[in-house]
Formats: sequence, structure tokens, C-alpha cells
Amino acid sequence: MLCANLKTETFGAGLLFSSQNFLSTPNPHRLASAVAREDEHLLVAAAKSGDASAFEELVNRYERKIFRLTMNITRNREDAEDAMQDAFLKSYSHLKTFQGDARFYTWLVRIAANEALMRLRKRRPGQFSLDEPIEGDEDLMPRELQDWGPGPEQRFAQTEMREILSSVIDELEPDYRTVFVLRDIEELSTEETADALGISVPAVKSRLLRARLKLRQKLDRYFMQGATN
Amino acid sequence: MNCQDVIQELSNFIDGELDAASKQELERHLKECTECKLVVDQTKKTVRLFCDSEPIDLPGEVRNRLHNALRRKFKEAAH
Repeated sequence: MLCANLKTETFGAGLLFSSQNFLSTPNPHRLASAVAREDEHLLVAAAKSGDASAFEELVNRYERKIFRLTMNITRNREDAEDAMQDAFLKSYSHLKTFQGDARFYTWLVRIAANEALMRLRKRRPGQFSLDEPIEGDEDLMPRELQDWGPGPEQRFAQTEMREILSSVIDELEPDYRTVFVLRDIEELSTEETADALGISVPAVKSRLLRARLKLRQKLDRYFMQGATN
Repeated sequence: MNCQDVIQELSNFIDGELDAASKQELERHLKECTECKLVVDQTKKTVRLFCDSEPIDLPGEVRNRLHNALRRKFKEAAH
């Protein structure tokens, strides 16, 4: 996974952001991440056989990540809350159809992404269609490159950095944002992202490249050397 | 490999999906081209900042609403 690979690299003097996994948050319902992955299929099997507490444990485990996903796609609090809740309710209703050949979390992300996209389309009718080709042959080469200097992460407090990231992702067109969120934040594979969104693998790759370049460019105004905000 | 090729292959490069020969060629270009090196480094940094972002805590009332709805669903399923 890219995230894991990138975390092994260092930029500047070190990382301001912790890569804290939500599973490490002190909570009696949450387990260490290694255990979490290993026992996920056991919880799913128990939930499928009617153990409601097993399903509730899966919800406890993933609710914060799914809420981040629906927030990132809809960029609207009310829609994100509704999409998250409906995703969990639908996943419970359709649990028997889950084949177990993929991770439960990936299956859940797919349901949640669709719930979020449905709300996004309702809120912005006519402005957003994942099916239409949006890629052209435009020159992607960035212009007027600015040096970010060493370790821009260290120039901002964690809250401030969170606001910067939220602001730049908010400006990204939904088509690009959705692909970026699934690939680079939720860490789905290219194929899983294509499958979840019902688009081709080349379309995922093309939109991901454009999303990354656009976000890099938007971060320029905050990170370029000498920037004060 | 020219600058435009580097940008086209940027995602494949940072995702580790380039074949060995293309990777070597791209890395050779980066040694000579400071602009492309800047784009590659900043794009990697951009992705890393986002992939480090933490999940969002559910406000108490949202979490209660979710779990109450689930419990109602569990009851329906049990009948």
C-alpha cells in the first residue's frame, strides 16, 4: 500500500502527524490492529450466524473511518451522518450476501461510498456524474513550481494542518475527490476503487493522477517557502 | 523519458507500479531535472499528509442514533 510505503520515507526533520490508527485509541471495544485484521472474518462469520454483538463490534471498529469517508465524499455534515448510518444498516441487512472473498471493510467502504455519492448527486444535481469521461489530453505539467522548504508540516499545528487539508480537498471536483479518497485515504486498490465506483481501471488511474496533482498545486499556497498562513 | 512522460507516470512511480526499466529511466531523469524532482517530492508529501489523516470521532448524539437504529434492526431480524 502506498500509505505504508510513504510512512517509511522521511521528509524534513520528522513527522508532525502521528500515523495513529483509530484502533489504538483507548476504548474497551477496540483491539490492536493486527488482531483486528485477523479476527475480522470471525466477527463477520458470527454476525452472519445471527450474533448481533459481533456486528456491533464491527461497527465500533469502523464507524470513525466510515464517517471520515462519508464526510470526505459529501463535504456536508448532515449527509455524511445519514450516509454513514444507512451504510451500516444496509450492510447488516445484506450481510448474508457478503461472500467473504474480499475484506469486510472493503465491502463496507463500497456501500458507504455509494450512500455518500447518492446524497452528493441529490445535493448537486447535474454537476456530478462519475460515468462521464472527464479526462482530456490537457498538459498536466505543473507550472510556476514553488519550493515548500524543509518540513512544511512542522510550520503548522495539527489542528491548522487539518483545516488546510479539509479546505483543499473541499475545492477538488467530486469526480477526482471520490477516487482520491478511496485510493489514498481509505487505501483501496485501483481495482477495488474501479469496482466500487463502477468505472474502469484506466479511469481510476487517470483521475487519481489528476487529483494528486491538483491537491499538490492547491497546497502550494500554504506550503511555499515564506508563506505565512 | 521527458518531463511530460514523468508526469504521466507519476502515480505509477509513487505507487511502485512501474516496471524496473521505466523506474530506472524515471529516476535518471529526476537526478537531472530539479522541476520534476520537486513535483514528485511534493506529490508524495501531499499523498502522505492525507493518508495520515485520522478517522473522525462521531459526536455523541450521532453515535447514539446509529447504535439505537442498529439495535432496532437487530430486534426486527430476531423476530
